[in-house]
This record gives sequence, structure tokens and C-alpha cells, in this order.
Amino acid sequence: MNAVNPEGYTTADGRKIGPVMMEMKNITLRFGGVKAITDISFDIREGEIRAIIGPNGAGKSSMLNVISGFYVPQEGEVWFRGEKRAPMKPYQVAQQGIARTFQNIALFEGMSVLDNVMTGRLNYMKSGLFSQAIWKGKAEQEEVANREVVERVIDFLEIQAIRKTPVARLPYGLKKRVELARALAAEPKLLLLDEPMAGMNVEEKEDMSRFILDVNDEFGTTIALIEHDMGVVMDLSDRVVVMDYGKKIGDGTPDEVRNNQDVIDAYLGVAHD
Amino acid sequence: MAQSSQATEGLASIPALLQRNATRFADKPAYREKEFGIWQTWTWADVKREVDDLALGLINLGVNEGDFIAIIGANRPHLYWSMVAAQSVGAIPVPVYNDSAAEEMAYVLEHCGARFAIVEDQEQVDKVIDVQDRLHQFEHMIYLDPRGLRKYDHHMLHQFSHVQEQGRAARDEFTPDLEARRAKLDYKSTCVMLYTSGTTGKPKGVVLSNRNIIESAKNSCEFDKLGAGEEVLAYLPMAWVGDFIFSIGQAYWSGFCVNCPENPETMMTDLREIGPSYFFAPPRVFEGMLTNVMIRMEDASRMKKRMFDRYMAHARKVGPAILDGKPVGMMDRLKYALGNMFIYGPLKNTLGLTNVRVGYTAGEAIGPEIFAFYRSLGINLKQLYGQTEASVFITVHPDGEVRDDTVGIPAPGVELKIAESGEVFYRSPGVFEEYYKNPESTASTKDAEGWVATGDAGFIEPGTGHLRIIDRAKDVGKMADGSLFAPKYVENKLKFYPNVLEAVVFGNGRDRCCAFINIDLQAVGNWAERNNIAYSSYQELAGHPRVLDMVQGHVEEVNASVAQDEMLSGCQIHRFLILHKELDADDGEMTRTRKVRRRIIEEKFHDLITGLYDGSEKVSTKTEVTYEDGRKGYISATLSLRDAKVYEVANRKVAAE
Repeated sequence: MNAVNPEGYTTADGRKIGPVMMEMKNITLRFGGVKAITDISFDIREGEIRAIIGPNGAGKSSMLNVISGFYVPQEGEVWFRGEKRAPMKPYQVAQQGIARTFQNIALFEGMSVLDNVMTGRLNYMKSGLFSQAIWKGKAEQEEVANREVVERVIDFLEIQAIRKTPVARLPYGLKKRVELARALAAEPKLLLLDEPMAGMNVEEKEDMSRFILDVNDEFGTTIALIEHDMGVVMDLSDRVVVMDYGKKIGDGTPDEVRNNQDVIDAYLGVAHD
Repeated sequence: MAQSSQATEGLASIPALLQRNATRFADKPAYREKEFGIWQTWTWADVKREVDDLALGLINLGVNEGDFIAIIGANRPHLYWSMVAAQSVGAIPVPVYNDSAAEEMAYVLEHCGARFAIVEDQEQVDKVIDVQDRLHQFEHMIYLDPRGLRKYDHHMLHQFSHVQEQGRAARDEFTPDLEARRAKLDYKSTCVMLYTSGTTGKPKGVVLSNRNIIESAKNSCEFDKLGAGEEVLAYLPMAWVGDFIFSIGQAYWSGFCVNCPENPETMMTDLREIGPSYFFAPPRVFEGMLTNVMIRMEDASRMKKRMFDRYMAHARKVGPAILDGKPVGMMDRLKYALGNMFIYGPLKNTLGLTNVRVGYTAGEAIGPEIFAFYRSLGINLKQLYGQTEASVFITVHPDGEVRDDTVGIPAPGVELKIAESGEVFYRSPGVFEEYYKNPESTASTKDAEGWVATGDAGFIEPGTGHLRIIDRAKDVGKMADGSLFAPKYVENKLKFYPNVLEAVVFGNGRDRCCAFINIDLQAVGNWAERNNIAYSSYQELAGHPRVLDMVQGHVEEVNASVAQDEMLSGCQIHRFLILHKELDADDGEMTRTRKVRRRIIEEKFHDLITGLYDGSEKVSTKTEVTYEDGRKGYISATLSLRDAKVYEVANRKVAAE
């Protein structure tokens, strides 16, 4: 499994996948006596779309939280770009170029779409409180430069028509898109998507899939995503990790995973003797 | 410049007009497009540079004089430039409806034998690639937006900006060629080829010469006193003759600025930001805006709603008269001024129509109530009657003589005559050259003296000289008892209700009329929300008994009003149903300009029509639908058929149910 060239490989549709960007080594995560993740290892390569799947309660979201640095595992190591990662604050994670979206949307409901997406640029705003307050010189230039990046993201995700709409007034599918916009505004190297298509209808799912592929293709962003919809996962991702009861039961290309007996058992269930 | 006896100031082509504008209006904005949230501006001098670069690039790619270049996309300045660049190198631009399915596109591209296409984005590239194998002569495609296209095979695919760069690089080499080609353009050379929307049968390619376009643009600009200071919003399909005349013909003739919206959904916001002074829209846009206003007023506070109702009633009474400069009493004027301050002004501002000096509606008959609404607000909305074959203008309303029941007097340079059959014929400088590769149709539409048949039945009103259109000549019929059947008249009355999006009335040759109704999802959805009616789809909402009750109310009101008209009282609707799907151009039920294709609807839903006439209470049906990407599926539904009350007419006995 994964016997691939350490320097990377080229996918069937001609995308270049680079060397390993992030590596999980024997991660174990416990909440008190509950073992959420048991001894899991896998890697994420530059430019790849990597999916984490599994039945409910398999520990997928916990895994994503470990990747994002929100949870610190009791055992194991997280290596990011050739360095072992120490426990970090969320803003430090963001500074490393990791952005995420949430399973249950976490936007500022009362603010407009534009303002929400602008918050994604927070790490790029360097001017001080005073200069922000009087709105002259550096603060203004910074705002203009950041707004331009944000407008490009808005254009990219085709949400121009709701630019000034308060988020609270938007339907669910669009909120998800706004969340993606905010994550993209941070210009991440690694984008973590926690169930980007949950609760969407077929058309919205198709749109979202298109956007995820385009993000990966246009910006070369590495994407790690959790998803329930098997069809979507199999179509989108380059490699898939399958978890069940906190353990890794499969890892490989969609085809390999599809034919893995353990995975089939986990999803379809087996008779216990 | 080639001499043509009639060309004004030697300006015999659009590229020649561009040359003039680039000197006369060099620093004046010619195009604006909202991108990245900001209106980007190009002056006439910029436009000339862009067009020249592209024209050189086209020569570089091997475009020959007389080639057809398909232009496919939404309204973008770059695509307008593409048309002018194509003309500059002696090629003929063929704008294609950008929402066409690949099949329809294949027909057009094959029929004109396009060697090149300039398209907007990946969506259009994919469609052309899909059908490319059938197009033997097709060679190169140029695209604007590179998104998603990086991995495509670029042997025949070029990015717009690269073509321009290559053109710039080869400037010295090709400029003499470009100059020579441009100099050859005269009044007789083809300006553009536009495909008719095809209400009946396959679209036809209408060839319009420079004379047609420039003369029509000149006459109409003089008629409405359009100058270089106008602002227009270009949002209608580029393949429609109206957009070509307004956004290219008139814009290049008078040098005004064309504004392109950010994308189709932001149109209303962009309209408000630009505040055009010259505005053009088909009735459905005005209907849509009115529906929106009404929906929002339903949700407004009681105080606001009462003010709105009160002042709108006053506006309906005196507004049109004030607009036409007719005598109106002092008190009424004062009250209107007050209304203007509180209601009309803010409302116009919200709609983006504050600055409108001349507004036109065309393409279809507009409901008189809708028309009156805008006129009463003080918006100078006029009707225009035209056709692709006439380079738009046949008749127009002159200022001060606007009426909802006529389409106005002949436009400058247009002669009219009414045949014995009642069909309207016209002759003008804008009359098209021919239907491309279709001499039979050309001969049957245009006679040797240049008179063109409109296909519409109408008459000229004695006294005023205004033309009145009754209906499509083909649609007007007789009912079984010999009374007149004019479906459009009744449909328009129905469509005035915000809840009714579309209506199709049947009854030709039958003893009574029946109707199909399409509800407006936005309006009815809003109503459902307020009345706690749960629904999960269009189909479910359309079949809800309370929606049926409401629509029945509308139908009966229309019947009451139709009964007042002696000539058409036979057109009252006896039975109706609400269709389980929206009529859609993708399914062939409407044209791309959203005109109902009666014959196709009649064939497709024949089981429902049978049900309406044999008195059944419910009909089950299964309908094929086409998705946007061309896939097909089926929806099944059981529809309830309703009887509507009809009204007695004094001198005519109606068999009431």
C-alpha cells in the first residue's frame, strides 16, 4: 500500500502530486478512558486530495482536529513539512498555512458574507490597533490588498450576488460555500474540510465537488476532507483513509479501498459469531 | 474607406465608427464591467486598442474574410470587442445564445459553417468540444476565462489574452493587412448574422448588413435623442437582435457607455448602481421586478403598506397624464409630488430606474396593468414593436403619445401596410438582406419590393395612426361558434398576477377555452410561507389544493374582465390546471427568449388537454425533462383539473358549467 515514489507521482488526470507534506505517526488520542483514535499512521502529500472516511463515531472528526492542532494526541507524532510539530495555539496553526471548515457551520451570522470572508485574512493584517482606528496609510493599503484577495475568492466561488447579504439570511448550501470562501481567503497550503457536503442536495453537492476540484487544480492546495457520501469521496479523492472504532482499517486509492474486505465489512456489517 | 452613396460621414461600418469614437470620445468611458466588486472602465481609446490587438491576433490565427466566428457567452466587454474585431478582419460575427444546449449550438455552428468560436468559459468550451466532431470546418476556439481549462488540449484552444499578445507582437507584419480589410467594409457588407429564436421550427440565420444596423441605430438615436451621455446596462442575451442594436449599433453610433453586470444574479444590484438613463427590457423583466415589489410590500409593516397602496392608487390615476404633459389639477399634482417624495422616488431608486429617460419594452406584448404601473411612477416606459428581420425597429411610441393598447407609430424610415388577411407588412432601411442558405424562406418572407411579412395580425388605428397588434397571425383563430380566439390577450391578463408566471390558453376550433398555468415559485412560495403551507418542491406546491383555489380566483377575475370585451368574450377560461413543471427552453417548450411554443406544448401535453376537455377530475401524466447538461429524466404527477366560473355576456349565451 502506498508504495509510491517519495518525490511524488502523477495522477491519471495529469496532476502532479508532490512529496509528503504532513505525516501522522502512531497517533493515539484519549478522552479520559475513551480511546477516540488508536495507533493511526498515514501521510498527506503535497497537492493531493486526501479523504478520511468511516462510519459514525469512527473518530474522523477527532483525526481532523489532531491534524489542525486543536487536539494534542497523548501518543504519537505529527510531522509537518519535515518538522515534528509541538502543541500549538490555533493562530499558530493558521500561520503555518492550515485552514479549515466546520461540520456544523461556524460563521458570524450577523455579519455580511464579505466581512465573514475578510476575517479569513486576519493573519495577513499587520497594522496596529491605532493605525486601524484612524484608517490612514498602512491600514488602508492593507485593507485594499486584502480585499482584492477576498474578491478573487468571491469571484472564484461565484458568490458575488450575496456579497453584502448577512449570513443569517442565506440557505444552508450557500453558508457552506461562504465557509469555504473564508478558509480559502487565508490562502492555505493545507485545507481541511469537515463534511463539506453534509445536508446538501445533489445539485449543491455537484457544485461543491466542482469547487473542491477547482481549488486543488487552480491553487494547488492540498485538501484533506471528511465525507460520508461514498460516491463523492471516490470521485474526488486521490487516496482514502478508512477508520472504524478509532482504528485505521484501510488506506489507498479509491479502488483499493473499495475492494478491501475490512472496509466492506465495516460499512455493510458482518455477522458476529 | 470605400465610398457608399448613403453612408453618413463615410461611416459605413462598426469598425469605422470605432475609429471615429476613439478620436472623438477618446477619454470617455465606453465599457464598464463589474469585476472583483469594482466597476472596471475602458475608454473608447482603450477599446480601439483592445479590438485592434484581437483583430491582429485573429489574422495571425488565420481568419479569412467572409469566415463566420461564433461568439458564445454572457454580456462581457471582451465578447462585444470580439464581434467588432471579427468585423474588422472582414469576418462575420454570429452571437449564439449562451444557454443553448450542445445540440442547439451544433445546429447553428454547422449551419453557418463557423471556423472559429470565441467563448466565455469552460462551460461553453465543453459544449463546443462535445459537438465538434460533427463540425467539419471548425478549427480554433478562443476562450476568455481560463479557469478549469489548464489541462485541456491546447492545439486548437487559445486564451483570449494570448491571442491579443500574439496580435500585438505581429503588429508590424499584419497591420497593413488589417487596414486593407477594414477599408473594404462598406454599407453592403454583412455586419452580423443573428439566429431567430425559432418560435416555429428551426432557427433561421438572419443576415444584417452594415446599412441595416447603422441606419436603424442612427434613426432610433435621433428619434429618442440619445447622446454620448447615456448609460445602458447590457444584460440581455447577446444573440438577441435587441442587444446587438442597443449595445453595439446605438452605442457605437452615439458613443454612449455600455455597462456589463458582474454575473446574471447580480443584475438587480448592478442596475441600481449604474442607474441607466436608457433602459431596455422584455416584459418578463418588468413583470419580475413588479412581482418582487409586491412580495416585499406584502411583508412590509402595515403603515408602509397603507401608504404604498394609497399613493399607488393616486399615481395610477394621474401619473401617466403628468408624464405625458397633459393638464392635471393643482391638488392632484401636489399629492403626486408628495407621493414622489415618499413612495415613487424611493421605489424607483430601489429598482434602479431613477435616471431612466427612455425605457423600452419589447419582444412580447406587455400586460396593460404592468405597463401602467411603471408609467404611473413617472418612468417614461414605451412600447416598441420589432423583429430581428427589421433590425429591431418597426413601430415605436413617441414621447407623449404612449398607450398600453398600441405599439406606436412607424419608426423613422419605416413604411407599414396591412394585408387583406390582417397581417402586418413593413419596409425600411433595416430590412434584412436574406436568411442565410435559405432562399425559399427569404422569398416567402420578403417580396421583390422589399416588403416583409411580420407574421403578426394587426390594424392601424384610424385617427392616431398607431399600430395595434392582435396576436401572432398563426395563433389567432376562431372558436367553434365562430367567435375570435386570441390566446395572448387572455394569457397576458393572467400573467399580471404575481403568482402566475406563465399561462397557455387553448381553444382554437373548440367550443370553449382551457388553460395551463405555471405558478411563480418565488411569489407563491412566499405566500405559502406566510400561510404555513409546507412544500418541498415546485411540483408539490403547484399541486396544493389551496394554490389551486388561489389561482382559480385569478382565473375567474380574468374571466370577468374578458367578459367585458365583446369581441373576445368567448375566450373565457372554462377549465384550467397548474402544470407540474415550469415551461423551459431546455425542454423545447419555450424559445431562448422565453416565448411559448404552442404547438410543441400541445403535442407534449396532449393527454392533459384531452383531460381538460373531457371533464376528468384528475389526470396522471409522465413528462420528459432535460437537465441543463443535456441529460434526460422523467417526472410523473397526478394533476387536479378545475372548473372556473365564467360570466354571461349580454348579447351572447355562454354555456356555464
